[in-house]
Parts: sequence; structure tokens; C-alpha cells
Amino acid sequence: MPHALTTSPVYIAGVAETALGKVLDQSEFSMVALAAREALAEAGLGLRDVDALFTNYMGEEGSVQLGEYLGLAPRYAESSDMGGASFEFFVHHAMAAIAAGRCEVALIGYASRQRTRRNRKKAAPALDGSLSAQFETPYGIHFPIGHYALSAARYMHQYGATLEHLAEVAVAARQWAALNPKAWVRDPLSIADVMASPMLCDPLRKLDCCLITDGGGAIVVTSRDRARDAAKRPIRVLGAGESHVQWHVAQCPDLTVTPGRASGRDAFAMAGISACDVDVFEPYDNFTHAVLLYLEDLGFCGKGEAGAFVAEGRLRPGGSLPSMTSGGGLSYCHPGALGILLLVEAVRQLRGEALDRQVPGAEIAVAHGTGGLAFSTASTVVLARD
Amino acid sequence: MTDKTSSFSDLGAADPTTEPFWQACAERRLIVQRCTACGARQFYPRPFCLACESGSLDWVEVEGFGTIYSLTTVRIPVSDELVPPYLLALVDLDEGPRLLTNIEASTAEIGDRVTLAWRARDGLPPLPVFRLAGSRS
Repeated sequence: MPHALTTSPVYIAGVAETALGKVLDQSEFSMVALAAREALAEAGLGLRDVDALFTNYMGEEGSVQLGEYLGLAPRYAESSDMGGASFEFFVHHAMAAIAAGRCEVALIGYASRQRTRRNRKKAAPALDGSLSAQFETPYGIHFPIGHYALSAARYMHQYGATLEHLAEVAVAARQWAALNPKAWVRDPLSIADVMASPMLCDPLRKLDCCLITDGGGAIVVTSRDRARDAAKRPIRVLGAGESHVQWHVAQCPDLTVTPGRASGRDAFAMAGISACDVDVFEPYDNFTHAVLLYLEDLGFCGKGEAGAFVAEGRLRPGGSLPSMTSGGGLSYCHPGALGILLLVEAVRQLRGEALDRQVPGAEIAVAHGTGGLAFSTASTVVLARD
Repeated sequence: MTDKTSSFSDLGAADPTTEPFWQACAERRLIVQRCTACGARQFYPRPFCLACESGSLDWVEVEGFGTIYSLTTVRIPVSDELVPPYLLALVDLDEGPRLLTNIEASTAEIGDRVTLAWRARDGLPPLPVFRLAGSRS
């Protein structure tokens, strides 16, 4: 029996970035509003057509506050906090809601000015009675570099990945960034440069960690019928999956495996694809070693093999698995929650509008988000040009 | 200063379910939950057993020996209480549960054996930390 989601195909009909980098002349809400108008224009729609709204980190009741700003009264809404992967979760949920007839035009939006505001936290709260305050904060765990460093150290110990393997991910991202005029950093970067950057929490060095920039985006998800007037080619959502596991790092039984194993399995099964079918990979590159874990968990290579896999330059421009093609969170933009920009870039690659960084003939792209503290959440979205 | 107060929850240093744990720490004893049905040990405490879903648990003191599962040296300032560099680790207790903790040493390796130590805190129960097995406290 055909799956409901294959008989009622769902599309991303519009995408837009907000202003990126350092944004001094806009608020977070105005950034999303401008991006939403741009994405809706691509879809051949307007704000009056939006009947579903999804956002995260836009206030304590995020979709309510963003909805008011945009003048919306949606009949389907969500502001779940799945960390930076929330936007892949939202595509999954919007896909199901549209296929079930609960809404027709879903707007997903997000913006942050974390660089301008300098408002990133370094640690979980102290003495508020929370489990984090009791069992994590007193030990001085940096939030989130400490959590990810414990994952990276264990992964390297268990599988023999090297600092050079980690550095290769940063180098590949930078080579893509050099092709993207919107990327925050575009200077040439070598393995030696990464290895020479300051150690923050062993084994993670400064250049193993993503940027801290302002930015965000907007995405329109809708049915084939509502996308018929789209100004640009709608891109099919072929499959999606999600999972979440621990919040506190000590509760994770195996820090070398992420919930991406489950989200990827479900997304690929719904899409009817396997890793070898993927032309473009947009992983949530918040830390270099994270990309190695995703490659294994999504089946691009075997467990423990990702270091050798990337060492051959596979992720770079011209490589066999073009990845982080915008320059990623490592070199293009990381506005605190990167997931929405992974979807924007994947859609642009599949439309063939990625200019100097275009992957020739790209037909299937995967946006893979992660969130929380050292792989708490994961959501995978498979997109296709049809 | 005394390690023990009537309620660490009042200070925000515990919650009603973890109060017994921190009261034991005040006596420099490290306790974890034990399921009276299946014997599984778990930490942090919950009102049910994660392994078998029994609702019957008690507390047992651990021996205080463990193995480093993962380790990082924190080289950037995070809190006022700890001056970098310091060792942040996940330690697997011999009884099973895994704890986030500090290793009171200048260097250590994943797989190293460690033993329980205590770090005094002003106005709060002492914190369970670890030192390398065989080293002097």
C-alpha cells in the first residue's frame, strides 16, 4: 500500500536567508519577516496564505510571538525546542500535517543576533535545583564545547580517528566557503592551520568549532497544488525522520553514536533511498568530529571509518560526497541554530542555483540536523528534484 | 561551617528526589539507587527503575572505584570556582552508573582507574570527584 506521504507529495516551495553575519539594522523579528516575504514570493504565495507556523528561539511562546508580528492566526503551529535541529523536525511535522489535510501552507522561520548581542551562555544554571545545576555545572563543563569534547575524545580513543581527520572537515567546509560570497570566513585554510589553532577543550581546537554569527532563514512547505504558481522550482520532501536521546552527557550510553542513526534510518526508508543515492550532504557541522559521526550513523561509511573516509577529500568541492556546500556552520554562518540554513542550501543546490558552488546534476540532497548538548536531538530530511 | 543543613533543596543545590543523595555527600558517602526487583543500579535518582520499570528502589553506597570513559582538559574559563586547565571526565563506577566529574590530577587517560575523593564547597555538600587510583589524596 503506498504511503500517505508518497500519494500526497509535499514540497519546499520557497527558501530565504535572513541577513547574515553581523546584523545591526534589524531585529530578530524583522529579519524573519523579510525572509518570510522572500520565501513566500518564491512560492508564489503571500503571508495571507500561511495557515501553519513553526519556529524556535523566538520567545517563550515563539510561534505566538512571531505569529503576532507577521499578522498570522495559524490553524497549525509549533515552537518545540529541538535545539538547532528544530527546523528539520518542523519539515517532518509540516509534511505529515499537510499530507493529513490539517494545513496547506507552512512557514518555518528563525533568526538570531547572537553575535551582535553577545548573549551565548557558557554554562548551565547554578543552584536553581535543576539536574544540570546539581550534576553538571559544579564540574565546570563548558556549554556545549565540553559536552562535544567528551564525545570527540571517546570517539578518537575508540576508533583511532586523528586530529588531522577532524581538521579535514574544517578544511573542506572552508573550501566551499571560498565559493560562497555570503560566507563569514573565506580565507584559505590548511590542516596545519586548524592544528595550530588554540586548544579549547581537548581534543577540540578553536577551528574545530563552528562560528558564532547572526543569521536565520525562512522556508515554505506546501502541497503540490498550492505550489503551482511558484516562481522557482519546488523541491520535493522525499522523506524525514527524527529522534532524541539524552540531555545530560552522563546519561548517554555511547558517545560515539548519535540519534541520527534512528532519524536517518527512518528518513531514508520513507524516501526509498540509501546513502549511495545522495548527491549533496548538508550536515550540522557545529563541531568537526560531529560530521564524522553523522557520516557513520547515516550509512555513508562503516562505524569508525569516517576519519579515513574524509581524509581522501570526499567532502571537498569536486569530492564524491559534496558536503557543507555553503561553507557550513564552520565557515559560512552559525546563528546558534543552524538547521534552517542547511535546508536553504540543500534546496538551492537541487534547483541548480548555487552558482560557483553548484554540485553538477544534484538530484537528491540530505539536510541532517542535530541539537542539544552533544547529540541530544537529530532530524534528517531527504529532498529531491522531481 | 558544617557540611550538613536541613535541606539542600532550599539552597537550590538539590531537589526533593535528590536530597538523600546530597545528604549522603554531606557525610562523604556516595550513594546510588538500587532496584529491589532486578538489582540494577541507576543514577541520577528516579521514582522507577529504568531497566525493569519497577517502582521499588532503595539507596546503596558504592565502593568508590571506577574507570574513565571519556576525558577532556578544559582550557577556557567556564565558572568562577574552577581555574583552567582542569580535567573533566565521565567515570563509570564499578557498580554501573556513569558520572560527570572532575579528575584531580594534571593528566589522565581514558581507561585509567580512579577512586573517589571529595571537594569541599562553601555552604554546600562536598562534591564527589575522583583521583587516579594509587595516587595520594
